[in-house]
Amino acid sequence: MLKDITIGQHYPTGSIIHRLDPRTKIIGTFTFMAGLFLIQSFWGYLAVVALLSSVILISRIPVRYVLKGLRPLMILIMVTFFINLFMTRGEIIFGLGPLNITREGLHQGIFMAMRLVFLIVGTSLLTLTTSPITLTDGIEHLLNPLRKIGVPAHELAMMMTIALRFIPTLLEETDKIMKAQIARGADFESGNLMNRAKSLVPLLVPLFISSFRRADDLAMAMEARCYRGGENRTRLKALKWHAMDGVALVVIGSYFGIMILIRLSF
Amino acid sequence: MDNQHMINVEGLTFVYKGHDSDLLALDHIELTIKEGEHVVIIGHNGSGKSTLAKQLNALLLPTEGKVLIKGMDTKIEDNTWKIRQTAGMVFQNPDNQIVATIVEEDVAFGPENLGIEPLEIRKRVDESLLAVDMAEFAQKAPHLLSGGQKQRIAIAGVIAMKPDCIIFDEPTAMLDPSGRREVIKTMQKLNHEEGITIVHITHFMEEAVEAGRVVVMEDAKKVMEGTPREIFSRVSELKQLGLDVPQMTELAQELRNEGIDIPQDLLTVEEMVNNLCRLKSNN
Repeated sequence: MLKDITIGQHYPTGSIIHRLDPRTKIIGTFTFMAGLFLIQSFWGYLAVVALLSSVILISRIPVRYVLKGLRPLMILIMVTFFINLFMTRGEIIFGLGPLNITREGLHQGIFMAMRLVFLIVGTSLLTLTTSPITLTDGIEHLLNPLRKIGVPAHELAMMMTIALRFIPTLLEETDKIMKAQIARGADFESGNLMNRAKSLVPLLVPLFISSFRRADDLAMAMEARCYRGGENRTRLKALKWHAMDGVALVVIGSYFGIMILIRLSF
Repeated sequence: MDNQHMINVEGLTFVYKGHDSDLLALDHIELTIKEGEHVVIIGHNGSGKSTLAKQLNALLLPTEGKVLIKGMDTKIEDNTWKIRQTAGMVFQNPDNQIVATIVEEDVAFGPENLGIEPLEIRKRVDESLLAVDMAEFAQKAPHLLSGGQKQRIAIAGVIAMKPDCIIFDEPTAMLDPSGRREVIKTMQKLNHEEGITIVHITHFMEEAVEAGRVVVMEDAKKVMEGTPREIFSRVSELKQLGLDVPQMTELAQELRNEGIDIPQDLLTVEEMVNNLCRLKSNN
């Protein structure tokens, strides 16, 4: 069951989008999100759909795979929809006891749900097309100028790298501990919520202890390999801007421009 | 300072400061290791052998006495990084010493820390992976590899820093027999072909047979030192320390007890076979 958890799933196809510099993709994603929040009418969503579908098309990732990312967040989308549906005041079109659906509420609910869907699809495209390690590199490079005001750019990136490195190791270990406990009669599956939570204690305690030991070992191994923070550190793969990155930035820039234009003219 | 000396340990004493009681982990150790040597340190858990290893890498500093790596004193802070680059270290747990999510990125970790040019790093990473026979795994994720493979990646990560000496702190303790063989083979190759000085800490006696010199640690002290043949011929002393001897040495001892005339200091299966055949043809 633990094998199903995938964080920052990467779907490699080798397309142009995949080969873009991670910095371009991160900047692009944030611009896309900012543009999304400028939209006030359904017309703006046309541009969003056009942009997203062309990115998906170029990236050669199956549409269904992209939409799969929505499933775990379906509850959030539904809650947003219904809260907006019932809580917005205006012209009542349908009454159900104390709950009233208004025209404005319906409009607002659909509008907000769509915004969430686009937000999730847009950001998951970033992780789908970028391997975690290049993503971390990109974040480090983008945060680097902020080092002067005390943002620990390198440290954040190193933490992310190590976290990504140890997720599979810890999952494997959790599985092992669980099996060992089950073999001795532990029950993780039945009982009410309270009992299930309690049964997790004998799982979490050894997991925590071994994680601390791992952290200790890793710190020593890193020190033994001359790690002393980000100062004077070089990288095996230096990030480079290509012509395609320029094109991508122009595209995303014009998208943002259109968003502002729509905002101003409607 | 004699350049031939890779490691000089002089009167090394180390005390772990505990909450209520201190623990003497190393007690006046004297040890000299020359360039290109292959030295195995054996001893019980808690005999101080791992503590000694960490002293050689400046991960721990002497309470008393001195540790010199190529003449550099570990106590002087400016030397620390040069020492760690000169005397690399491979640890016991293969999982807990791999930092990156891709094999080649992990091998590059050391050189990156040293601030080496990207092109040179690339070259070193490729060479190091070739040296440990892992070149085809460069793009793989480390958690998908076997224990022996992970340990070879860790070795590649150390070689990429171009060390003169590698300290192995029980590198085979968590591996299955085939993984153990892979690591030992790699270690010997580095010693013979690249001339890298090897300090190997282990509790597998069979691994000590191939060494040039064996050091036995017991209760924070160095109790024996010599060639494998010298050390393992002292079967009863070793047994008293609660240490094993290689299987063939033990067999030779048993045969002698039965009155069969066979040399005491046999180490390998091959030697045993030769001697037994000679006995047979003599009769």
